[in-house]
Amino acid sequence: MVYLTRKAEFAASHYYHNPDFTPEENRRIFGKCNNPNGHGHNYTLEVTVKGEVDPRSGFVVDLRQLKEILNREVLDAMDHRFLNREVPEFSTRIPTTENLAIAIWQRLATKLNAAQLHRVRVYETPDLFVDFYGEA
Amino acid sequence: MKAYLTRRYLFSASHRLHSDAMSDTENALTYGKCNNPYGHGHNYRLDVTVSGGVDQATGMVCNLVDLDGFVQREILDRFDLENLNTRTEFSQTVPTTENLCLAIYDILQRGFTHAHLEKVRIEETMMNSFEYAGAAEIQP
Repeated sequence: MVYLTRKAEFAASHYYHNPDFTPEENRRIFGKCNNPNGHGHNYTLEVTVKGEVDPRSGFVVDLRQLKEILNREVLDAMDHRFLNREVPEFSTRIPTTENLAIAIWQRLATKLNAAQLHRVRVYETPDLFVDFYGEA
Repeated sequence: MKAYLTRRYLFSASHRLHSDAMSDTENALTYGKCNNPYGHGHNYRLDVTVSGGVDQATGMVCNLVDLDGFVQREILDRFDLENLNTRTEFSQTVPTTENLCLAIYDILQRGFTHAHLEKVRIEETMMNSFEYAGAAEIQP
């Protein structure tokens, strides 16, 4: 089994707010991230797929195909967007890095056919990242 | 939905690798330059990984304020800009980065209650790093 990781970058804005919380609760739990005008990050996404090396091509996965899927499913939808307003998943879920990793996994898992998705890692900043392995 | 959250922290400390159980020759042979009696320092990079279900209401595995507060209080305040050899954590063990991993894992495991501790990873230099996950296996 070989693991292959493709990296991509995108920039987006977001804010954290739960309509079920009072304004005080929102401020206490989410701090500065609760500012309704939002703030932005340069996200780094690492998508890891796994599979056996094809004896004829020497590939685990066709990188061009993986890149196309990444561009279409993730970057076109999220790059230079306000996640809360422009990405449907976040109309009901808070766009934390945790939920972003889960949403990206869900977008990719159904589209990849050649290789198996192993891990989605999203860096919000260089010192904070979330890993999602598709676990319930 | 289970997710893994990793937060990176930086601290600087000095140490000397020397075992009282070895002769001077053995120490010099085993630890090389790191056995220099005056010690030397590193900028350590610590990655703490915690895991858990993503809370429906907050979208979080755990609130970073809690993790940052704990690490600042219990780890950075204890080790940053210190000589590791003088700390009680290393009164019985050599402050290699392996043992530093174990000590930091132990502190988190005992005291941090807001999420499950998955693993601790420390980079001593850009060229070497160490990971410890207790009895659990490390996810590739």
